[in-house]
Amino acid sequence: MSTHPIVEARDVVLSFGETPALRGADISAAPGEILAVMGPSGSGKSTLLHCLAGILLPASGEIRFDGRRVDTMNETQRSTLRRDRFGFVFQFGQLVPELTAEENVALPLLLGGARRPAALTKARSWFERLGLGGLEHRRSGELSGGQAQRVALARSLVTAPEVLFADEPTGSLDSLTGEQVMDLLVTTAREQGTTVILVTHEPRVAAYADREVIVRDGRVNAYVPEGVGP
Amino acid sequence: MSVPLTLLGLLDREPSHGYELKRDYDVYFGRGKPLPFGQVYATLGRLARDGKVVVSEVGPGVGPDRKRYVITDQGATEVETWLAEPVEPEPHLQTVLFAKVVLALMLGRPAEQYLDSQRRAHLRRMRELTELKRTGSLVDALLADHGLFHLEADLRWIELTGARLDTLAKEVRR
Repeated sequence: MSTHPIVEARDVVLSFGETPALRGADISAAPGEILAVMGPSGSGKSTLLHCLAGILLPASGEIRFDGRRVDTMNETQRSTLRRDRFGFVFQFGQLVPELTAEENVALPLLLGGARRPAALTKARSWFERLGLGGLEHRRSGELSGGQAQRVALARSLVTAPEVLFADEPTGSLDSLTGEQVMDLLVTTAREQGTTVILVTHEPRVAAYADREVIVRDGRVNAYVPEGVGP
Repeated sequence: MSVPLTLLGLLDREPSHGYELKRDYDVYFGRGKPLPFGQVYATLGRLARDGKVVVSEVGPGVGPDRKRYVITDQGATEVETWLAEPVEPEPHLQTVLFAKVVLALMLGRPAEQYLDSQRRAHLRRMRELTELKRTGSLVDALLADHGLFHLEADLRWIELTGARLDTLAKEVRR
């Protein structure tokens, strides 16, 4: 695996009001790596993901994507970065209820300027692959939890993002459905060479990753022995 | 449960007579199954033979209770190595892990680091089993699941124990 990180946070500090969320967090992921970010509730793991993805800006510290500073970009630049280079999958409520499943999957392509027929054709190609054949025209209310999550996964991967940010992607699913989603996520990410930042508190989900780090009290324990590493 | 290493760990706290070691072992690690005196003295005899403890003083009277045992540098190194080394992840290891955590707290050692190492060892094994599941047959998957659920149960215990270390430390230190 390359030593040059694709995403990286250095000494990141962020508070919500008086409450510190990150107190000097360091993390990095190599291209194509699947990295699990674990830790107890309130440890700061989701906040760290939001910082890495350029959604939240740290009070201090550096965020880099492919060597470029993300924390010094303006909102438009970060928005473009998120749309063109990143994918997102969360625990709940991600699909736009007014749109069909295939329109939901096509959404990032349409927002990126693709023409509707081309975007829909590309979106449809994901349905068989994720075991969703025949559900293209359903709206989110007509899908089971596992189906909706797979549609969300297809939407997050349709642009072949360089980094997929997944925050408790199986959190609302039963064990078997959760496993199917994780299996699809990992298989597809490996095929596409997508780096995955996977926030989870579940060891069984983290076991799909190449490596794990633990966030505790706003810092990252990356299991680097003292005196070693950067 | 490793009786020799646990007794050695108790001696790392302070030099003790055999009956004191038995008492503390029974309180913290016996769980309703007291250690026979014979086993305590036989174990101490072997530890002395192997250079891990020495007899510091012999009191008046007769019998093994006259002796006070002190851990040697070699014995202390062995305790340290044992505490810091993750247990082989497999079901039913809780008693060893439990003994390690309690002793680490008694001795003021970095129990949290030990738990982190154990978590890492567990997750490494879980990754292997997950890969087996993804690439193997359904029968392989069933077997892997059995292991995964047990390892996950250990990890939950590790998480909960990690969250309670401060309180636990107060209870086992004196």
